[in-house]
Amino acid sequence: MASLVGSRVERKEDTRFLQGKGRYTADINIANQTYAVFVRSPHARAKIKSVDTSKALKSSGVVGVLTGKEIAEDKIGGLIAGWAIRSEDGSEMKVPANPPLAKDVANFVGEPIAVVFAETLDEAKEGAEKVKVDYKVLKAVVDPAEAMKSEAIHDGVDKNLCYDWLLGDRKAVDEAFAKADKIIKVDLINNRLVPNAMEPRACVVDYNTASEEITLYTTSQNPHLSRLVMSAFGGVAPENKLRVVAPDVGGGFGSKINVYNEEIVCSWASKKIERPIKWVAERTESFLTDTHGRDHVTHAELAVSNDGKFLGFKNETIANLGAYARVFGTVTPTYLFGPCATGVYVIPAAYSNVKAVYTNTAPVDAYRGAGRPEATYTIERLVEKAAMELGMDKTEIRMKNFPTQFPFKQTLVHTVDSGDYVAGLEKAKQMADYAGFEARRKKSEANGKLRGIGVSSYFEACGIAPSAAVMSLGCGVGLWESAEVRFNPTGQISVFTGAHSHGQSHDTTFAQIAADELGVPMENIDVVHGDTDKGTFGMGTYGSRSLTVGGIAIVNACKKIVAKGKRVAAKMLEVNEDEIEFKDGEFVALKSNKKKTIGEVAFACYLPGQRDEMKSPIPEGDEPGLIESSFFDPANFSFPAGSHICEVEIDPDTGNVKVEKYTAVDDFGRIVNPMIVEGQVHGGIAQGIGQALHENTQYDETGQLMTASYMDYTMPRADNFPEFNLGFTCTHATSNPLGVKGCGEAGAIASPPTVMNAVIDALGGQEISMPATAEKVWKACKTMKKSNAKAA
Amino acid sequence: MKSFNYHAPKDVKDASKLASSSSAFLAGGMTTIPSMKLGLASYKDVIDLKNIKKLSGIKVSGKTVTIGATTKHAEVAASKDVMKAIPALAKLAGNIGDAQVRNRGTIGGSISNNDPSACYPSACMALNAVIHTNKRKIEAEKFFTGMFETALKSGELVEAVEFEIPEKADYQKHPNPASRYAIIGVFVAKHKKDVNVAVTGAKSCVYIDKDLSKKLSSNFSVSAIEGMDVKSSGMNSDMHASAEYRANLVSLYAKKAVEAC
Repeated sequence: MASLVGSRVERKEDTRFLQGKGRYTADINIANQTYAVFVRSPHARAKIKSVDTSKALKSSGVVGVLTGKEIAEDKIGGLIAGWAIRSEDGSEMKVPANPPLAKDVANFVGEPIAVVFAETLDEAKEGAEKVKVDYKVLKAVVDPAEAMKSEAIHDGVDKNLCYDWLLGDRKAVDEAFAKADKIIKVDLINNRLVPNAMEPRACVVDYNTASEEITLYTTSQNPHLSRLVMSAFGGVAPENKLRVVAPDVGGGFGSKINVYNEEIVCSWASKKIERPIKWVAERTESFLTDTHGRDHVTHAELAVSNDGKFLGFKNETIANLGAYARVFGTVTPTYLFGPCATGVYVIPAAYSNVKAVYTNTAPVDAYRGAGRPEATYTIERLVEKAAMELGMDKTEIRMKNFPTQFPFKQTLVHTVDSGDYVAGLEKAKQMADYAGFEARRKKSEANGKLRGIGVSSYFEACGIAPSAAVMSLGCGVGLWESAEVRFNPTGQISVFTGAHSHGQSHDTTFAQIAADELGVPMENIDVVHGDTDKGTFGMGTYGSRSLTVGGIAIVNACKKIVAKGKRVAAKMLEVNEDEIEFKDGEFVALKSNKKKTIGEVAFACYLPGQRDEMKSPIPEGDEPGLIESSFFDPANFSFPAGSHICEVEIDPDTGNVKVEKYTAVDDFGRIVNPMIVEGQVHGGIAQGIGQALHENTQYDETGQLMTASYMDYTMPRADNFPEFNLGFTCTHATSNPLGVKGCGEAGAIASPPTVMNAVIDALGGQEISMPATAEKVWKACKTMKKSNAKAA
Repeated sequence: MKSFNYHAPKDVKDASKLASSSSAFLAGGMTTIPSMKLGLASYKDVIDLKNIKKLSGIKVSGKTVTIGATTKHAEVAASKDVMKAIPALAKLAGNIGDAQVRNRGTIGGSISNNDPSACYPSACMALNAVIHTNKRKIEAEKFFTGMFETALKSGELVEAVEFEIPEKADYQKHPNPASRYAIIGVFVAKHKKDVNVAVTGAKSCVYIDKDLSKKLSSNFSVSAIEGMDVKSSGMNSDMHASAEYRANLVSLYAKKAVEAC
């Protein structure tokens, strides 16, 4: 039987999505439901003097109005930071309380203050307009670079500093720098991004007054984790009285990891008003209150020798957490960032210092790549600049510093199990026709255009993560994943996973894996996820972990099914277990060549009795049934890597940047479905080009979000991209039995520096910040013209 | 969005009768509907003009092209008559917004809204358009009075726009990368006697750049305006483009338009 793993199987989920049959949270309606509208702070920082709900309560159709006062009285807990990070001096990080409804002070525009429930959405809106909040507006802290010098916005958080974190050895770095021939320096801003999932956040809550169970339908990447957090920290309901369902979810990119205010408030309130509640974010609410991504201010230095060897690295970074620390907010700029900041290179000495600050802006958390795009941008800008300053070819300097032995003990934390960075870059050079670039540059010049080429080589640590490792670094939970395989008597199989698909195609890829393991057609397998009442438990999907952690749990559960099947088949065929071979869905007695299909064995597992000639097929010591589960905790992170090459052409008259060619060569280990992996890479590159050239979240000095709609926030579109040229190399991961590595974030990690290196190359080395918008580039072209004229 | 009374009358008289200080005419709704959804505008009555047959359609006479108010951008872009008579106008219509907008948005809606970065107003100005309303005829120059403001009075609605067919014309736009409205748009039209260079996006309202128009009237060539300094004073400066950048684009796109004529 041909292996399904490795083949371009069409997506099972496409049938329902392309026919408009997807069932999203907003599609769910419960009889007798009310509609929730939140009253949000219009100010970035303000004292809440009073909240008057009397007029709203009298408004037509209004069923209830609740505020921070009631939620505090009911002792409902707030939103949490999932990782405890320590400062260099050993002190604990400073985390302010983050109540679901702000009671005393509002800390960003859009922070919920009160909620109105009404019979119709219109009535809820009208009611919300009648809630009168008396604010005393305070001066907002907006710029992260200024935050430490500004007035503290939270009690007990001096200088607005959450932590001042260090990874690495300052002394070793100082010594390396002292010996260096040259120090390369960059000052970088990693621009803040709004995740912009296609489906806005939403929740529908149904409280059952008889069983006292709350069912929460919500747009989550990790329903079990949401249940855990809401129960353990929110105190909304005991875990066994709270069911969280994340049905079809239209994109997350990290923004749907967190349990949000609205989910806690609506769950709590549904019990209080004894009515179902529906809330769907409007797009402006998504812009204002979804967790944002990136937002670093970095100074970094690379010490090099004249022949291009890297000797030392350091970065000093200010990371903006926004108003509050959320689930991955504190770890994204530390352990997801620092360890990757030395990139794919052998650098003997390094340190990464990050100061995380609070500002009166939306909370910043994980966004596709989470820390690793910021790390890759830092090192790859430095490397490119080093090549320029040393007059070396930009691929040669990289090759010179790649490790060639694996496992590779990376400078700061990770031991990378496998890779071949040289092969990746060689392949990328060939596919991109790197050698032919100068001719293309001349051709562009003849047309009055500026052409540039940029390279970046990356690795990243994903497939998060070994529980022992992450818990020692401050994670509040273990990051294993679970699976349960139920082989039903009639031969149909349900595979339950704790991972969650919100665009990742698990229905297809997980079925491919299970079908191969069990030797049954894919059509017999249904992948079930997203419902705490169905699967055992799960940590969800983020950090490119679904396959490398969740997929392996499925493999292991399937192996247990086969192991039990062997015992049962041996009894049925009256041979010893070690005489049975399992192949292509059949248990074969090697000597007699008698066989039982896995379907026959499964059926037998449910018929343990005896009658006439029929004997029980269940061996002594085994139980009836054929259901197995696995909790898989990986031994290491997964380390995808690769090299990307981009060519841009700039029109100096307008400053327009056109991405002419984009080549990506990635090593994702063994690939389950090449078509789906290509889709992941396409999406990641698109988001990375978005960050490099288009997307920019702008707050004004009072903390108002200027880019709060698609009129002002530039999402990249199809016509911003060339056809992507994709290639793959393959070294198997040694940390999991499939040899797979994560692929979901790589595109977004590698592409921003690749594009920016190309833009800066076209501008003759002139530094420019992301996003490289037309006007910025136009100004740089003017400067270039002036300096060229001077030189002439 | 707040609830409202929806009307779809079949003739202009009825539409006009329904109008009040708390009503809006709907001609595609590409701005009106989003404004209502965002809570920036609310109306008691929304009067949809889509069922008024005489407001839609394209007529070409010897000297003019007349486009009915509810004619969609996609219809203008695809019209063989418009492509033959004023190809620049078809091109302009074909580059407004995206496919969805072009199949809902209308010329009457666009010019009545008079967004400072809309494309159509520049064509009206450069092509000496006459705006036909249910009350009178208004020259384009007098129709566009300010940011989102026109000479239209209460109950008055645009019925058609009559464009003068030029000898040559072209429209060039530098789109806002987010909204794809014009950061600047330049419509150059060479008529028998003179040349009009109309600019949208640069200031609070569409205008004729008199200096560029004058130079090109005496010598219709790129060289005539080469090196001409377009002043940035009075130009919009916002997070998408500074006044200085806009001024650069006006002179650049004027040249591009002349070149394309």
